[in-house]
Amino acid sequence: MNAAAPQTEINPDEIIVCPTCDAAYHLQRPSFDERAVCERCHTALITPRRKAGMQIIALALSVLILVVAAVCFPFLSIRAAGATNSISVLETALAFRGEAYGPLAWVVLGFIVVIPFVRAVLSIYVLVPLVFERPVYRGAKEAFKWLDRLHPWSMAEIFVLGCAVALVKVADLAEIRFGAAFWMFCGLVVVVLVQDSFLCRWSVWNSLVHPRKQ
Amino acid sequence: MVGMELSGSSSKAVTARALGLVVCRNCTKVHRLGEAETCARCGQRLLSRDTKSLQRVWAWWLLGLICYIPANMYPMLQTRTLLKVQEDTIVGGAVELIHHGSYGIAAIILIASVAIPIGKFAAVALVAISVVRPSSLSGAKLRFVHEVVEYVGRWSMIDIFVVAILSSLVQLNSLAAVQPGQASLFFALSVVFTMLSAQAFDTRLIWDTRLQDDTA
Repeated sequence: MNAAAPQTEINPDEIIVCPTCDAAYHLQRPSFDERAVCERCHTALITPRRKAGMQIIALALSVLILVVAAVCFPFLSIRAAGATNSISVLETALAFRGEAYGPLAWVVLGFIVVIPFVRAVLSIYVLVPLVFERPVYRGAKEAFKWLDRLHPWSMAEIFVLGCAVALVKVADLAEIRFGAAFWMFCGLVVVVLVQDSFLCRWSVWNSLVHPRKQ
Repeated sequence: MVGMELSGSSSKAVTARALGLVVCRNCTKVHRLGEAETCARCGQRLLSRDTKSLQRVWAWWLLGLICYIPANMYPMLQTRTLLKVQEDTIVGGAVELIHHGSYGIAAIILIASVAIPIGKFAAVALVAISVVRPSSLSGAKLRFVHEVVEYVGRWSMIDIFVVAILSSLVQLNSLAAVQPGQASLFFALSVVFTMLSAQAFDTRLIWDTRLQDDTA
């Protein structure tokens, strides 16, 4: 049974493996504001930040407020030759309603409103017990998995650039006014991007299993 | 930046598989190979290499390509004004913009809706072929291509959002009204399928065939 020898010598808990390229390293926890990076593919493995948990919770709360506000307030309005039209973010997504496009309306609504909102809820659900040193909530691991999975499908920033393109297209035909919701949506994009850059997946998974300090 | 000490003594990377280990791709917990079917921490299925990954990549890739064809044939937008009804395909709409002198916007539309999707089909195919056939591309280069595809691919949705904004905003009774065209549904499907195609790829396969030249 010689072949098994190297396997029994290694303690898997002292090894960190890059999920992108499978390179294995001895685990060294970086101190705050340092990054552990895979030397082969440069994937960030551990990126701890001081007080990251609290900051992410605060940012997630502002995402919730901004999403609700952006949905309620007027988004854009148009005026040309006496005719006017004002729309909300919800009406934008629902432009695709109708027999052939019905599902597309829900997909667009999901990408720009529902998924950013759900991700903010999930991050609060996962991080609040960790930050306040309480027992982890039920299903926190599942919630964190979905927080990660939904990341590429959160497209608020693309929607904002889409607004810019659409506005230039009609700018010389009609007068456009930005509603309060437009600026809230721009703020939302910034907050979401900052929030995602603060999150260290490795640290969260580690704390979900060893809940002492983050 | 903390430089991680390599498990091996040489400067070459040692893979978890070579050490008899397997990493959970969901939560990055390390397990002994063959000891468990699912991750002890998060319950995800453990696979040292996802051997079915390429099949899924090609399946989503093909679906995306199939949807991309009607996305370019059918009109993306239907504009009804007092005198006429105009239907524009993706490329037709961009050409129209160039005639009006909006070069910047035409460039954004052409890049997001034509260059990026076609580039994505080519890039995903390149990466998926390179891991099974010998190729001169290094692991670092292939990983870079895949990373760009994953990052940039989502931005193709911008055209769908433009259609959504225009067709909800430009509803000025008899003066002008914009409706989404059939192409929008196919285009959205194409973007979603190609995103799924890129996500289905097991990036660890990139380095397996090129262990010699991968430290660059």
